[in-house]
Amino acid sequence: MKKGKNKDLLSMITMIGPIGFWMILFVAIPLVYVFAISFMRKGIYGGVEFAFTVSNYLETLNPLYLQIFIGSLIMAAISTIVCLLIGYPFAYLISMKSQIKKNLLLMLVILPFLTNSLIRMYGWITLLRTEGIINKVLIYLHIINQPIQLIYNNFAVMLGLVYCLLPFMILPLYSSIEKLDMSLLEAASDLGAKSRKTFLKVTLPLTMPGIFAGSILVFIPALGLFFIADLLGGSKSMLIGNIIRNQFLTARNWPFGAALSMVLIFITLILVAVYKKAGGSMDDLV
Amino acid sequence: MKKTAKRKINNIFKNAYIGFVYLFLFLPIIVIVVFSFNTSRMNITFQGFTTKWYISMFSNTTLMEALINTLFIAVVSTFVSGVIGTLAAVGMNKFNFRGKRIIEALLYVPVVIPEIVLGIALLSVFSILNMELGLFTIILSHITFSVPFVIITVRARISGLDRSIEEAAMDLGANKFKTFIKITLPMIAPGVLSGIMLAFTLSLDDVVISFFTAGPGSNTLPLKIFSMIKTGVTPEVNVLSTLIILVTIMGLACVTFAQARKIKSIKN
Repeated sequence: MKKGKNKDLLSMITMIGPIGFWMILFVAIPLVYVFAISFMRKGIYGGVEFAFTVSNYLETLNPLYLQIFIGSLIMAAISTIVCLLIGYPFAYLISMKSQIKKNLLLMLVILPFLTNSLIRMYGWITLLRTEGIINKVLIYLHIINQPIQLIYNNFAVMLGLVYCLLPFMILPLYSSIEKLDMSLLEAASDLGAKSRKTFLKVTLPLTMPGIFAGSILVFIPALGLFFIADLLGGSKSMLIGNIIRNQFLTARNWPFGAALSMVLIFITLILVAVYKKAGGSMDDLV
Repeated sequence: MKKTAKRKINNIFKNAYIGFVYLFLFLPIIVIVVFSFNTSRMNITFQGFTTKWYISMFSNTTLMEALINTLFIAVVSTFVSGVIGTLAAVGMNKFNFRGKRIIEALLYVPVVIPEIVLGIALLSVFSILNMELGLFTIILSHITFSVPFVIITVRARISGLDRSIEEAAMDLGANKFKTFIKITLPMIAPGVLSGIMLAFTLSLDDVVISFFTAGPGSNTLPLKIFSMIKTGVTPEVNVLSTLIILVTIMGLACVTFAQARKIKSIKN
């Protein structure tokens, strides 16, 4: 590194200064502030009162919230598994295609996600509702006699989560399968391994980083996407994101909302730490 | 003979599976497009073909206003995060300084934490700063979540570059600014381009963070659609969505076409 030149310092400040300033002002300070609020008391008019308390964290253990919390974690876990089960074979099959086809097929995965997520959710509402298209088709095909309840329940919320987050599973899976050294698979089968054994002993371990990255990218957002639960869920299907949203915008209990957010951050940190420990790279989470 | 037949069946299964996943991904979009031509105001049954919503949409002032707001926010926040992000990516590659690891760690925060947490954190800070919520606060928020994506994409491009070209330019007498504009920037341009494309789409699609940082009178398209879904969507929304989808498909088609040509020319 060159040292001591004023000119160097000037160009360094112009390059690093803005991002440093921005990250501190709009990422570090806000999060520290939320952390601080989570230990304060709710003001009478919905503001924040500067008095230390841990009651907001105790409140998260209230059975009412705990139930939603656990429900949300389960829904996120199921959505992650479903995304993995759909996404893995899909990414694998795509990675076997020619280069031009691969690019085209990947573009087609990304394309739906360039249209607004709310519009796509609205499309699902049109499909799923009682007088909607899916019920009509099923009745027409005589598979059912009466319309079935496909929407405003946990099933619909999970469908929405899987739909919204599937590409975030497919893309990291694809890039890790793509890197796979095919000669290793050939070697395994030459040495007499059956295709199932080759998959379990060679392919799966080597693509683990992609599985981890994809799972984090699905699981964490799945806890927070409140609008999916709002639009597709029933009155009882709530995600952690819904409680946080309610605390900040309707109940005006910011300290409790902040405490819930800290719990979400805590879950995220644990998952990211596990991911990094398993050898995952942070840049693969982008 | 038997083996090839088996392989054929196998291939059919594989392609059917791929097709099935694409059907899942595109089904709601197809529905939106089809219903944009529906005569009925309600999006329940398809009653007849019309293009009247394609005309009436342009006179729906609240929808148009939300569209203009959304585009304005996306353009401004993409521009700012493109500039800050590119400078930062180049600078962080070039210099070692105290606090570099802290900034690097902070960059990943908006990427990994749930959007809702960043949303409420920004809302809290805007409220202690006594800033009125509106287009300005949405733009600040969008820059915050998109700038890390720009930096990470540009950095990935930089790490594969040949530094000696920059050094050669300096040896030949170009100053730092000139070297940056004439040498560094063109070399990292593809990275910058994909970075800002990412930032632009993230901004257009954002629901969660805008939800917390928008004020009264600063409706964005996602927020407008969100409230409309609850009160009643008119086919005009379908029309607007269809047009947006059309524009994205055309943009993506250009990119894919250019890529395919590049691959072919490399092969030849």
